[in-house]
Amino acid sequence: MNHGDHFDPFARVLHWGMAVLILAMLFVGVGMVASLSLRPVLIDLHRPLGIALLLLAVIRLLYRWRHPPPPLPASLPRAQALAAKASHVALYAAMLAMPLLGWAMLSAGGYPVRMTSSFALPPIVSPDPALYSLLRQAHGWMGYALFALILLHMAAALHHAWVRRDGVFEAMARGRSRTATAVNPDPEARPDA
Amino acid sequence: MPPLPDDPSPPSPPSRPWGPWAAIAGLVLGLSLAFAWVAGWIGPAGRLTAPRLVDDIENNKPFPGFRRAHSRGVCVAGYFEPSAEAATLSRARVFRQPRTPVQGRLSIGGGDPFGAEAQARVRSLALSLRTDNGQEWRMAMNSFPFFAVATPAGFHAQLLASRPDPATGKPDPAKMAAFLERYPEAARFQAWAKSAPWSSSWANTEYNGVNAFRFIDAQGRSRFVRWSMQPQAAFEPLAATTRQDAEADYLQRELAQRLAQGPLRWDLVVTEAAAGDPVDDPSQPWPASRPTHVAGTLVLERSEPQATGACRDVNYDPTVVPDGVALSDDPILAARAAAYSISFNRRERETARGDIARPAPTNGTEATR
Repeated sequence: MNHGDHFDPFARVLHWGMAVLILAMLFVGVGMVASLSLRPVLIDLHRPLGIALLLLAVIRLLYRWRHPPPPLPASLPRAQALAAKASHVALYAAMLAMPLLGWAMLSAGGYPVRMTSSFALPPIVSPDPALYSLLRQAHGWMGYALFALILLHMAAALHHAWVRRDGVFEAMARGRSRTATAVNPDPEARPDA
Repeated sequence: MPPLPDDPSPPSPPSRPWGPWAAIAGLVLGLSLAFAWVAGWIGPAGRLTAPRLVDDIENNKPFPGFRRAHSRGVCVAGYFEPSAEAATLSRARVFRQPRTPVQGRLSIGGGDPFGAEAQARVRSLALSLRTDNGQEWRMAMNSFPFFAVATPAGFHAQLLASRPDPATGKPDPAKMAAFLERYPEAARFQAWAKSAPWSSSWANTEYNGVNAFRFIDAQGRSRFVRWSMQPQAAFEPLAATTRQDAEADYLQRELAQRLAQGPLRWDLVVTEAAAGDPVDDPSQPWPASRPTHVAGTLVLERSEPQATGACRDVNYDPTVVPDGVALSDDPILAARAAAYSISFNRRERETARGDIARPAPTNGTEATR
């Protein structure tokens, strides 16, 4: 449970695991479009990993709904708190949209949505050049947008860690017991404190 | 953040307040540069990526709405029936199911969708076979028996060397000689192009898969193979004078005439590699003594124009294979997948906005773009 000022272990494993996978997916995505040698290997990784990330994003949203994250410190300026909220909404939206766009795009392009050598997902839209073209571009641009969002998210997290030192980064980086003395939580912001 | 020398207790106010900011900026910049490098946006000049290869194939003169290579062709449809022996070679469903519907495309080499069909040295057959378990096998085969070069870099060098010189309208012999010196394997292909007989029809042409693949059987054993579609229609030569004088759509008309009289058939002939045969170099043919198996029969029953046919919006990517067929490490195979995808994305985008190249009304071989 996300009691107090820290995310619980399950939320932290989901966050850091998905962080690594999503960052890898974005590099695999641009790499397989550019590379003349690695496309078959990378695309075989990209499709099942994308669907796995879709499932993980759904699990994470459900878990977050049942276990709300620790609140931001009350000392955070209102504009920054709003920006934090908006960027998290955008991150979740992109995490859900990217795999769905990829799946729909392959369907519209008439490609098999291959997960393993013997298992493919069914198409979710009918083959159509106009729809394919739209979805292909949306998948690409949303990928760039997601990469930019992740950079922003990382920069903001490190700002909390290194400049503000308000415990927001530590809430996701570490468990509660080990850091109880290392951070400077804002007592006002802890509903159960 | 290093504490001040005389400060005994860390957490202290940062000695240099710009330090954390610089570290954050450095991380963001580093990740951005790595991303841009992997995407091919930055890096050494001349690094060959899939979009750059397709750019060089287009040479600033793309024909919108068409494949960037093998642009001219027709859609075809029919079915495939496996031989009794096929199921022992690979566990692919195509070799177990009595009949698999096929749709595909017969085409000519080159990037001009209005080029004269009879004059094309290279002809091609692309197929998509969908089995009842939802799996798909795409093939893209050519009339040449081996690829000109061993690597994508060689293909790119060949592309640049064979561009017509603006002064003469023909490739620069000095550039071609330099290319052949660097990629001597291409001499074999040039000899083939000079000497191989021209057949009179798409129907009596043999189409070769050229790239090596692996077949995996029911026991999980894997073997390297190459395959060919060998025509059952008898070879008939196409005279040089006929090639020159024929209408641009000579092959399409000839195909329609044959199909009006009945279906056309090819045998799928699978050749097994022996230990030590090159399985990652499509420019090297395997010795003729290698064992071959007839794995089935392709039957084509119908054709339709590609502008309205089912083949127009299909990327015949030869790396789309079913369970029981797997890729080799052939670098040309991977490069085909990469380049075809770029070509497909570009033409589908053009098709979506109605930007389709049309032949000039006065002269069938010259196009408006």
